[in-house]
Amino acid sequence: MTKRFALGIFEDEDVLLHAIDNVRGAGVKIYDVFSPYPVHGIDDALGIERSRLPIAAFFYGLCGLSFALWMQIYMLGFDWPMIIGGKPNIALPAFIPVSFELTVFFTCHGMVITFYTISKLYPRIKTPVLDARSTDDKFVVAIELDETSSQLPKLTQLLRENGASEVNQKEMTKF
Amino acid sequence: MQHVSPVREPLVTSGKTYHDVTQDICYQVEAAPNVRWMGALAVALVLLGVFFYSVYRTLWYGIGEWGLNKTIGWAWDITNFVWWVGIGHAGTLISAVLLLFRQKWRSSINRAAEAMTIFAVICAAMFPVLHMGRPWLAFYVFPLQNTLGSLWANFNSPLLWDVFAISTYFTVSLVFWYTGLVPDFATIRDRAKGKIAKVSYSLLSFGWTGSAKHWSRYETVSLILAGVSTPLVLSVHTIVSMDFATSVVPGWHTTIFPPYFVAGAIFSGFAMVLTLMLITRVVFKLEDYITLEHIALMNKIMMTTGSIVGVAYITEFFIAWYSQVEYEQYCFINRATGPYWWAYASMMTCNVITPQLVWFRRVRYSILLTFILSIIVNIGMWFERFVIIVSSLHRDYLPSSWAMFSPTSIDVGVYVGTIGLFFTLFLLFAKFFPVINMAEVKTILKYTVNDGPTYGGTNDGSQSASRRNSPTPYSTPGVPASAPVNYDKHD
Repeated sequence: MTKRFALGIFEDEDVLLHAIDNVRGAGVKIYDVFSPYPVHGIDDALGIERSRLPIAAFFYGLCGLSFALWMQIYMLGFDWPMIIGGKPNIALPAFIPVSFELTVFFTCHGMVITFYTISKLYPRIKTPVLDARSTDDKFVVAIELDETSSQLPKLTQLLRENGASEVNQKEMTKF
Repeated sequence: MQHVSPVREPLVTSGKTYHDVTQDICYQVEAAPNVRWMGALAVALVLLGVFFYSVYRTLWYGIGEWGLNKTIGWAWDITNFVWWVGIGHAGTLISAVLLLFRQKWRSSINRAAEAMTIFAVICAAMFPVLHMGRPWLAFYVFPLQNTLGSLWANFNSPLLWDVFAISTYFTVSLVFWYTGLVPDFATIRDRAKGKIAKVSYSLLSFGWTGSAKHWSRYETVSLILAGVSTPLVLSVHTIVSMDFATSVVPGWHTTIFPPYFVAGAIFSGFAMVLTLMLITRVVFKLEDYITLEHIALMNKIMMTTGSIVGVAYITEFFIAWYSQVEYEQYCFINRATGPYWWAYASMMTCNVITPQLVWFRRVRYSILLTFILSIIVNIGMWFERFVIIVSSLHRDYLPSSWAMFSPTSIDVGVYVGTIGLFFTLFLLFAKFFPVINMAEVKTILKYTVNDGPTYGGTNDGSQSASRRNSPTPYSTPGVPASAPVNYDKHD
């Protein structure tokens, strides 16, 4: 499906944040903003909700901890009990290191896999980029246009007034 | 639009713009390899050859090729293992702990330091695996069901804890490092001209576009990863130290080992970071990103942890006397005055005395002296592990079993070989991956002063003062001077 975008190119993050406020204030819906680095305050400006990844991470960690404790208690306590150094079969203090490590292991990998999955980031041969300069030094505000691009002149003016150095139109087939 | 701090030194000098950062750092990836890099790679490959030869000898003839004997069953191999793991710790400290403490200067060194962590852990892992004698059975360390029945791994053993600690540490560091690399790969991808480069960096960049939503999640992920990596890095060397501390060998059986090993790890790691950074900044002309200020700050961390290690050495000695256990007392006296006194003396000089030179500003800001110092600390920390391992084992409870250790050429070969492995990996990384985290450096760019000269060899007050007094406001072409700025809302 082909989508049309008006791209407002900005050179500075402070100008960008101000422009986002004004553009949204004028009732225009912003499709996405592309920047070369994480701009602080852009979440509030764009109304992006706080990520729930930390909650996911906590539960992954809990899974890791339970798995580690279950594994050690089951293996050494029930499946094949052995007396090692005269200690009890279920020697909980000795199980702390492995339990901790597996908690971290599950937290980290679970969260990172979730991050890549929900963000749809995976290795691909060709990456659709609206403006290649957005990974270098430009901040790009993308606004979706309708079939006829009738809003373009108005948007151009709005973005220009708010400090955009260029306003371009771009079509993207695969997104 | 630039924030000029009246008290802090700039983090990036020469007034770089965003585009300059991209240009400077991508240059190494895009340009043909320079002669110095190829020369260094050639040396590293020769050492890698030594590694393969020594490993071949070890595997083909068994670990009898090493100088181990009945009394000293752990010597260079475990020394090298602990040494490499310790070196790795600085990378995580820089990327995780300094992130939590909001030390922005870490931005330009964290990428290379994390790479160092990963390569150091790879080198470290070689030793226990080779020491198994039959490395093809290395999977026995994992709790897998046995063909003969359910005989599981022993979870009471610190060596097994080590397996979990090192593998978690390695994979977590790798993921942390890679997630940080993704946006930078995207930058290289979007600049790439050749087809192969375009496709390879597109694959590596996971289709990163720099969308605001992605950045928001990326920051959350980085923060949580830093949060879990911080206790992780402390736990790893704690567990390594428990390999020794949970035993009953005099000189090993001490409760001070965990904190002492962690401090030692950070100490040696920072020494290695300094060694690598001082070379990298010159070879790749990154003096504006890795400034003298960075070197001085790393020197300070090195000195602090070095002093902690010094206090630990003295505490150990005191506790041996205070414990009234004659074996412990003998062990420590034997360390300092016995046949291995030279190793002990090297350790004391390199680790306790030399880092104190960093108190002098002149030393802290001198590239040459810092480089020499970092090498000395690396040597000293190797001796520390050698002293702990060999001098404790060679004379314990039974005088009839006392022995001395002498390394064979294969022992030396494996050790020198891992240095070759490490540098081969590091050089390949430095050529094909962005050696500095571009995205992160761009976030701190506004904290720099525009017209400041690059730090030369001197760092006298007058120069700084003049720079502070004449900051030219950051002006971006194309942005109207009257462009509205809202500081109150967006901090």
